[in-house]
Amino acid sequence: MRDIRFLKQLVLVNGLVPLALLALDGYRHNLGANPHEFATRATGVLALLFLLLSLAVTPVRKLLGQPWLAPLRRLTGLLGFFYGGLHLLTYVWFDKAFRIGAITADVARRPFIMVGMTSFLLLVPLALSSNVRVIRWLGGRRWNRLHRLAYLTAAGGAMHYYLLVKADTRVPLAFAGVLAVLLGYRALNRFLPRYTERKPARAPGKPAGAVGP
Amino acid sequence: MLIQRPPDLKSSEITDEKAYFSRRQFLRGAALVTTSLGTAWVYRQFTSTGGVSKAGEKIAGVVAPAQPPAPGPAEALTSLQDVTHYNNFYEFSTDKRQVAPRASHFVSSPWTVEVGGLAHKPRTFDLDDLRRLSPPEERIYRHRCVEGWSMVIPWIGFPLSRVLDQVQPMGSARYVAFETLADPGQMPNIRSSVLEWPYVEGLRLDEARHPLTLLASGLYGATLPPQNGAPLRLVVPWKYGFKGIKSIIRIHLVETLPRTTWNRSAPGEYGFYSNVNPQVDHPRWSQRMEQRIGESSQRETLMFNGYADQVAGLYAGMDLKANF
Repeated sequence: MRDIRFLKQLVLVNGLVPLALLALDGYRHNLGANPHEFATRATGVLALLFLLLSLAVTPVRKLLGQPWLAPLRRLTGLLGFFYGGLHLLTYVWFDKAFRIGAITADVARRPFIMVGMTSFLLLVPLALSSNVRVIRWLGGRRWNRLHRLAYLTAAGGAMHYYLLVKADTRVPLAFAGVLAVLLGYRALNRFLPRYTERKPARAPGKPAGAVGP
Repeated sequence: MLIQRPPDLKSSEITDEKAYFSRRQFLRGAALVTTSLGTAWVYRQFTSTGGVSKAGEKIAGVVAPAQPPAPGPAEALTSLQDVTHYNNFYEFSTDKRQVAPRASHFVSSPWTVEVGGLAHKPRTFDLDDLRRLSPPEERIYRHRCVEGWSMVIPWIGFPLSRVLDQVQPMGSARYVAFETLADPGQMPNIRSSVLEWPYVEGLRLDEARHPLTLLASGLYGATLPPQNGAPLRLVVPWKYGFKGIKSIIRIHLVETLPRTTWNRSAPGEYGFYSNVNPQVDHPRWSQRMEQRIGESSQRETLMFNGYADQVAGLYAGMDLKANF
């Protein structure tokens, strides 16, 4: 079923399920003893997860020879940006109570906050240039170059997580490992596309990416 | 020559356009619902709270301490549910919400504590010996975690000095070293190398003998639940929570500074003293404020966690930035 419009709906709805559950748990006082910390952790992990999913779209579509999956990259990337924004909001609101002085002091003195903040700020131009009209205005090559920032933001997000934990670095390292695989694929793809790509199979008489039932 | 076969399907059998589309709508709806339920299930696997754990046994004969160093009237007790379901006990899990469910089958009776080292009368106590040693007191203390959250907990216990007096420390003893049980059969996370096991902690002898230093066996009037360090733990209210070693099996009087687990794990972040000090930040985060569990906004962290009047004298003339 090569129905990209429906697939996008499916990803969007599933992507918002965690937010709905988080809001429901918050409303029912079911976030445990430290709801602020929980909301910050959950949105942070979700942001990182969707950024990695976004970087996984290209390898998956090339390996499977399914170019029609490409639009999922933008959608998952925007979901990552959305959860990243919520993550930042929980920090600014719950942890710092909107005290600008405390926030700037934190950013200046704490490497993990600085790395996280920078990663989020780098996502802003990517989100702003995800609109079709902006893409046309920028032109494909410049857009591509700009969007290489996605690698940097994902790496920054994983590092931010790693720097935060006290001793159990297994989850942040798992994120970093997945990211390394996704970046490794791109390096391999550049030099040995024969092994990393499959020609898209086209049904005769049908243009590529055609929508079929 | 073109051989024409009759079509397999008669035109009357072609599904009606409306029915075809409604079938498609139905499949799409089903896909949306089932994948969403699947996503919700996965989310729940990572965020389950672990429910409510069973309460401990009531401790009889609890007496009020002679001079209760209770927190101020504006500080309410943290709820029993929060005290028992938001725990750092890495032997069970590094997820504070998962410690209670993973520790629920922990067996803490029978139990013995070996108290020895540089002592004239080293001795192994069982729980009954300890009960006979001193009547249980209720002590309401602030509890400040190095991570930046805090609670107010009604502990049951008695001063550690009572046990130390029993074994009679030698003149050469300057520190007290503590050790937690390390039982991979009961403590699932011991197989990970997150920290070095067994968990060890230490105090200077004068800190250990301070009247605020508590050997706790209960909270909220009942025996300690496993996740809070059953059957016996240390409570040092002016220090960060990780100094309060749990499920103690060994207390040794020693001459030299004992090793402590977190200090070995990250020497630049966790010092031997680890006194609560809002002026000395953790290298990665500020210690100026704390999130009191159950409250919506943050509080300012107090010097020595609010026990400066009682304990500041222990550190007179010491540079607390260097001895963090």
